[in-house]
Amino acid sequence: MTNELIDFTLVSVAMLAIGIYGLAVKRNFIRMLFAVEIIINAANLNLVAFGRFLPHSGGQTLALFSIAIAAAEVAVGLSLIIVAYRMYQNVDIADFRSLKG
Amino acid sequence: MADAAFLALTVITIGSAIAALELRSLIYGSIALMGTLGGIAGFFFLLDAPFVALFQLAVYVGSIAVLILFTVMLVKRELIFKKIEDKRRKFAGIGLMLTIMVSLGAVFIDSGIKTMTTDEPATNFRDIGTDFVTYYWPALILMGLILAGSVTGALVLAKREDVENDQRVN
Repeated sequence: MTNELIDFTLVSVAMLAIGIYGLAVKRNFIRMLFAVEIIINAANLNLVAFGRFLPHSGGQTLALFSIAIAAAEVAVGLSLIIVAYRMYQNVDIADFRSLKG
Repeated sequence: MADAAFLALTVITIGSAIAALELRSLIYGSIALMGTLGGIAGFFFLLDAPFVALFQLAVYVGSIAVLILFTVMLVKRELIFKKIEDKRRKFAGIGLMLTIMVSLGAVFIDSGIKTMTTDEPATNFRDIGTDFVTYYWPALILMGLILAGSVTGALVLAKREDVENDQRVN
């Protein structure tokens, strides 16, 4: 294999940083979900890369679990977005005040 | 040293991740997110994990991205194109992003994984299947229950009809 583990890890770090930027800056609910997806994918890339280089089959197995759980998370997140949008007619999280302490 | 396919996939993945967050239209943003997810699937192919790569393509690009696209279409037209953020927060966010990139990247480059290469054969997908039904079978059943529960919960949440505009708390 010509690619080294450090290459995949650095791509994963870059994606994690982009995801955290999105979570910190954006106030649009849907864009924050995009950022969460990017972070989850960075984690999956790390799992598979370490599983390939150790080598161990556990990396790929855990990545498959993680993808399936992420699918469940997105389904619930999108339905929450739909409910919040119906209540407030907006996707700006600064408007979602009923949970504010 | 990384090869050309790796570099191309890196450009596609990182570029479309930035585009997904920064493009003005949410619809183009979700299409760019599809590019990111597809790029990650390409990385899985490079890592000799074709089963995970195809799973990623089927679940993420095939269903999650389309689900997001449909949710975006339910939102009012002017909200799709409206960008909500303030400038100072954006600069702070870019600073945070660069700090994380540089500090975590320096930690990884300094650590022992820098010289790690492998000549071992890749994991066969038969091993993954065996893992699933032997060692991880309780987790597999639990995952099925979680998926069923979350899909039911999502349907119940989205179908609620008592949530109306006038229930808003000011």
